[in-house]
Amino acid sequence: MTEEIIIAGFGGQGVLSMGKILAYAGLMEGKEVTWMPAYGPEQRGGTANVTVIVSDAPVSSPILSSYDTAIVLNQPSLEKFEPKVKPGGVIIYDGYGINEPPTRKDIDIYRIDAMDAAAEMNLIKTFNMIVLGGLLKIHPVVGIESVLAALRKTLPERHHHLIPKNEEAIRKGMEIIRKL
Amino acid sequence: MADQEITLMKGNEAIAHAAIRCGCDGYFGYPITPQSEVLETLAEQKPWETTGMVVLQAESEVSSINMVYGGACTGKKVMTSSSSPGVSLMQEGISYMAGAELPALIVNVMRGGPGLGTIQPSQSDYFQACKGGGHGDYHLIVLAPASVQEMADFVDLAFTLAFRYRNPAMILADGAIGQMMEKVVLPPFKPRRTEEEIIRECPWATTGRIGGRKPNIITSLELRSEEMEVINLRIQAKYREIEAKEVRYEEFMLDDAEYAIVAFGSAARIAKKSIEIARSQGIKVGLLRPITLWPFPTEEVKRLAGKVKGILSLEINAGQMVEDIRLAVEGKVPVRHFGRLGGIIPDPDEVVEVLKSSF
Repeated sequence: MTEEIIIAGFGGQGVLSMGKILAYAGLMEGKEVTWMPAYGPEQRGGTANVTVIVSDAPVSSPILSSYDTAIVLNQPSLEKFEPKVKPGGVIIYDGYGINEPPTRKDIDIYRIDAMDAAAEMNLIKTFNMIVLGGLLKIHPVVGIESVLAALRKTLPERHHHLIPKNEEAIRKGMEIIRKL
Repeated sequence: MADQEITLMKGNEAIAHAAIRCGCDGYFGYPITPQSEVLETLAEQKPWETTGMVVLQAESEVSSINMVYGGACTGKKVMTSSSSPGVSLMQEGISYMAGAELPALIVNVMRGGPGLGTIQPSQSDYFQACKGGGHGDYHLIVLAPASVQEMADFVDLAFTLAFRYRNPAMILADGAIGQMMEKVVLPPFKPRRTEEEIIRECPWATTGRIGGRKPNIITSLELRSEEMEVINLRIQAKYREIEAKEVRYEEFMLDDAEYAIVAFGSAARIAKKSIEIARSQGIKVGLLRPITLWPFPTEEVKRLAGKVKGILSLEINAGQMVEDIRLAVEGKVPVRHFGRLGGIIPDPDEVVEVLKSSF
């Protein structure tokens, strides 16, 4: 099994950290992982994306031409990555960030209103974890237990009290993602 | 501390952790994207409180390399890291160290040039790293990591080779390898060498004249041409020995290959994916990955030329290593180059297309 994922959105949406937690969870399950950010003069509101590969075999290229799954959180990212999803692949998009939804017929399209849910729950900073929950619902690349273990591992101790909130967000994402 | 723990980190972070763990005495550097995490990680780890390693942010790259020069004179394990424009600034110091025959480690996490260029990954400093870079007839020992694990492993290897041959060594990585996170097992802790050990292992070093030994003078200056030629010949003899003994490379799916890609660093990773795709379409292609760029695996490329119908040099530059491949191949088979410039990384599909149209 090899899962090649691109996560793309605005800087500040937690794109890179979501990818990191996914990669870390893969590592905790003994899988091979690569996390390759498009780095640049990062700024809040600029674009950010990261390629995460989780595999049972050693990962060859961290740079890819096409992806199994694209998680797109804003319109420019959708325009950039919709054509790069493999036939039969998946797009997950956030309803708040996308005005013109994907149109391809040869892939599975999922919508997750993560930004709205994060606002409703008054947990705006867990937006990315809601999206991650959505991914794990339709594509259990890693187990939720591994994600929680990864959070314990990557978050500084002083933030550990927020892990239950993150878990809540992941479960919310699993609940609200829907196929179009 | 569990030495064998598997962890997830960036290539740049792995360099910093590996430096602390291999008993490095001093790091002198100046921040530049895409390698700033080396200095940042060292500052975070505070090795001066544990191993006693010095970590110093100098006022410029020129200053950093001269601090490395000074530290290396005393037989200490010292290093710096930078990215392309910063490494250009260091060339004078590197040439002096090669002339004075000093061991040291320089890490170049390449970005696109020329000039200030871009902060995105590139491999366009191959010539600079392998063909001198600074003035005079000299070579660095150049290692090209292709994974975060190799970023960690090559720090100790580079120091070992540098001290074995009294020659500066370079880790030539790029922004992709520096910025990406992968699984890594950090090398076990080695203590820093004691003063006594340094005196024993580096009898040439300026360690203080204990017991009235002859003064050790470290310089690259010799105004008498006859003497300077002798020094040059000695250095060249050393280079021939390194070429004979230290070539390192990896072969991938070459057994039945009709075509070969030669690529190093992150380009070699892309090549592996391209090979998977090409083979699924019935094209028998394999990879030769030079791990040492200098000494270059000339004999291996020559052997390859006797086996395959064509060689593609995949580099993230306008064609640099391809010259060494062509010298090795001696016209036996067609050698093509493909690369993207300015910080664009070729993607695996376009490499497959190039492969199909090249031969």
